[in-house]
Amino acid sequence: MIQRMIPAPGSLRRPMGFGLADVAVILGALLLLALVARVGAGAFVAFVPPRNVPAISLDPRHLPYYAARSTLRMLIALAASFAFTFAYGYAAARNRYAERMLIPLLDILQSVPVLGFLSITVTGFIALFPGSLLGLEAASIFAIFTSQAWNMAFSFYQSLRTLPADLSEATAAYGLPIWQRFIRLEVPAGMIGLVWNAMMSFGGGWFFLAASEAISVLNAQYTLPGIGSYVAAAVTARDMPALGYAVLTMAVVIVALDQLFWRPVVAWTDKFRLEQSSAAEPPQSWMYDLIRQSRVAPMFGRLFTPLGDFATAALSSLGAIRVGRELSERTAQTVERLYNVLLALTVGVLVVVAVHFILTTVGLSEFGRVMWLGALTLTRVMVLLVFASLIWTPIGVAIGFNPRLARISQPVALFLASFPANFIFPFATLAFIRYHVSINYGSVLLMALGAQWYILFNSIAGASSIPTDLREMADDVGLRGRQRWRRLIIPGIFSSWVTGGITASGGAWNASIVSEVVTWGSSTLTATGLGSYIAAATTTGDWPRITLGVGMMSIYVVGVNRLLWRRLYGIAEKKYHL
Amino acid sequence: MSATITETLIAVENCSKAFPLPDGKGEFTVLRDVNVEVNRGEVVALLGRSGSGKSTLLRIMAGLIPASNGTIVSNGVPLHGPNPDVGMVFQSFALLPWLTVIENVELGLEARGVGRTERTKRALRAIDLVGLDGFESAYPKELSGGMKQRVGFARALVVEPKVLFLDEPFSALDVLTAENLRGEIDDLWNAGTFPAKSILIVTHNIEEAVFLADRVIVLGTNPGRVRGQVIIDLVRPHRRNDERFKVLVEYLYTVMTNPGADVTAGPSVAVSGAVEPNAAAKISPYARALPHVRVGTISGLLELIVETGESSLELAHLSERLALPMDDLLAILDAAVLLEFATVADGNVTITEFGSDYATTTILRSKDLFRQAVLAHAPIIATIARTLTEKVNKTMRADFFLDILDEHYPADEAKRQFSTAVEWARYAELFEYDADEELLYIA
Repeated sequence: MIQRMIPAPGSLRRPMGFGLADVAVILGALLLLALVARVGAGAFVAFVPPRNVPAISLDPRHLPYYAARSTLRMLIALAASFAFTFAYGYAAARNRYAERMLIPLLDILQSVPVLGFLSITVTGFIALFPGSLLGLEAASIFAIFTSQAWNMAFSFYQSLRTLPADLSEATAAYGLPIWQRFIRLEVPAGMIGLVWNAMMSFGGGWFFLAASEAISVLNAQYTLPGIGSYVAAAVTARDMPALGYAVLTMAVVIVALDQLFWRPVVAWTDKFRLEQSSAAEPPQSWMYDLIRQSRVAPMFGRLFTPLGDFATAALSSLGAIRVGRELSERTAQTVERLYNVLLALTVGVLVVVAVHFILTTVGLSEFGRVMWLGALTLTRVMVLLVFASLIWTPIGVAIGFNPRLARISQPVALFLASFPANFIFPFATLAFIRYHVSINYGSVLLMALGAQWYILFNSIAGASSIPTDLREMADDVGLRGRQRWRRLIIPGIFSSWVTGGITASGGAWNASIVSEVVTWGSSTLTATGLGSYIAAATTTGDWPRITLGVGMMSIYVVGVNRLLWRRLYGIAEKKYHL
Repeated sequence: MSATITETLIAVENCSKAFPLPDGKGEFTVLRDVNVEVNRGEVVALLGRSGSGKSTLLRIMAGLIPASNGTIVSNGVPLHGPNPDVGMVFQSFALLPWLTVIENVELGLEARGVGRTERTKRALRAIDLVGLDGFESAYPKELSGGMKQRVGFARALVVEPKVLFLDEPFSALDVLTAENLRGEIDDLWNAGTFPAKSILIVTHNIEEAVFLADRVIVLGTNPGRVRGQVIIDLVRPHRRNDERFKVLVEYLYTVMTNPGADVTAGPSVAVSGAVEPNAAAKISPYARALPHVRVGTISGLLELIVETGESSLELAHLSERLALPMDDLLAILDAAVLLEFATVADGNVTITEFGSDYATTTILRSKDLFRQAVLAHAPIIATIARTLTEKVNKTMRADFFLDILDEHYPADEAKRQFSTAVEWARYAELFEYDADEELLYIA
């Protein structure tokens, strides 16, 4: 453990002169700027489908450029997610009427399969930027955004609702204007949870990036230069070596982003820990240390101080927190009733419109068929969860009980969870074709490729959070085998396992859209299920069926969440809280 | 400090505060008809036990929560929103852990739009004043509790408030650190260059009140109200070994342990043990609150007293010997008095025969005695036990009793009453509670 000593005033002034750290930081910053300029320019090229569509070259020398284009998309989506999070989370936490609408909405948005919406967003965004690649670019970024934003907004909302009362009071007592309260208290207090959530969702985002770069919508093939479309092109060309290069590049990109971006950010956010004492093991990052050692970074910071002061002053004039008299009992009740009626009306109208749309276009029998398809996909998701748990929980627990192993393998599990499973799909598809495995069963394996890691990751986390004295006690009283699992391990990891299960099942539902239909060259394998139904409807641009499919999947996801996960979560909170 | 003309800085006029009970079951009154003034140049202490609404009153005066009725006049102006004339020091320090010492201290100045250079200059001066020179760029987590609270003082003083509000500022510190910091603040005040015109301190520590204050306002409970005030007629700095100091402390102990006693300006008048007017009236058994004390603590205290071999002990003495905060000690004594294990009069605690029997007997018999005492004197538990016996299956849902308790207490307090009742009843083997199923039953 490294305990930072209290710095003496003299030691705060660093020795003058340039260090190696400064050179590294300056060069790094310049390189980054040049890269962004070069890569970003590609988004503005002409695009007039169907004649003028960007071609993807399978030459591996172009891979770094494609990877950079994809990474830029990911980062833009991340920035957009942060902006959305602050606005949405703040509104939900500050206004109780907004809260009652925004939070259930978030619950539903989280459950809607992102990929089912691609067709709608792609056509919309292309119409928004005619003749430019920007439309496709925006659609892809939007797909990534929708896979990140809801989680993050919910995390921020929760941290705002659980602000420490004394800090909240102190900022009020010293009359901090709303803006200062926001940047001094509310954002920092939620920072650790927010960054953690962003990092996890960012990892999941690669999957949607890969799926959204090359898609066929409304019978047209759209391609966006990027590593995802490179993989798609390689699959069409049956080019095995190119696929290998893509997988390798992807791995390098994920590791590089982890080292150069996420680690430093996580190390930095450690200062926002709410406990008044230091963490036992503060996160480390060589990159963060490098930036902190350089003189250039703080100099750069000072350059912007006047600008920051000006912005703070301007935004602070927006107003201060009011401590008003509460509404009288009767007024509050009237407003409450009015609001409830309005909300019920809106929901009612929406349901009626949706049902009318489906009945007049596809009919009731189609509705029944889609429900059956949903049940098939649900079975796949459940089988996946059971098998992944049976396999990965014991392994995760074994790793988690060994602190050294846990430290090494947790990042590995995180890496595996981040790695877009759809990069591996072609290899699996090839195997299915060769060994005549029905895709009806094989799709379970494909869905598991991405989802299983969440179970492993959370099992490790859960096992390592079981206090050592409890484990020693279990050894001491001689708990063995099944008894040990029943009395110590399962209760101990239960809440972590539930978290992993929710994440894994969400991932699996989304993955079903791309894993129930897979191709290798000209051969296509199609499983019977809701995922392939949505995929087919998207390809042909059949709006009623897209709506029905996506709606049905949302109903299944919300239903399973309410009936299963929420209950398990309640048990975890109440009974197995460590 | 004697001012020839009294200038009132903050005045509370006929203030009440009530919180609505859950599900529209009426209100819970925290403060009733409070009138308090803070004048220029004085140190005022609000002394009361937990539940007297002293912290609520401080927050109303700071403009952090609105009063239900009445007005607050600060510096001649009726108060709406956070009071700009006060600087507040919090019990838990309330420092932002991600800001350095100097950034924390600058917080109030930044909120007022003071420019960067001026801000730094004034913050450094305040840090210097509280003796934290050299720690400007440290983070709170690098500091000890005492140093954290010094930052709290610097942050409050840097805005040069008219009145410095102290909300039990020393109670989260260990005894020695608290003593040290209290002394330093008192020295600063006595030196006459204090950055604030007056100090208002909320405390449950009697000695602290007498040591720091010129005037002690005693608050009563259920509902919170002003019982009266005691003028500390000592020359500053107040010395603990002064005879008059001891008399004042003892007088306040007597007042605090006799909720019905009149509080007069000074200890020259004898204390009468008047009974509260509403105590005789017929009230619901659920309205008789249990003190939140563990059974083991009651026995522990009784055993300690019995071991001294003295029949009667001074409370001030006891609090000091046990190094137990006055508030905790009073709560334990409340329980002991409720169960008739002890009596408290004139700042002395006397153990009853029943109590000494309870403290010295075997575990099994002590459970018996405790059960008798609870059935006789703790109406909440006795009523629950009776209700359960009358049921055929001897089982009831916890919600049933929680709902009844909700009618008499705010939601959190209702839950605490319930869990205290369960804990006592379990010890007395009167009834059991299944937390998973939320059922009360008799085994």
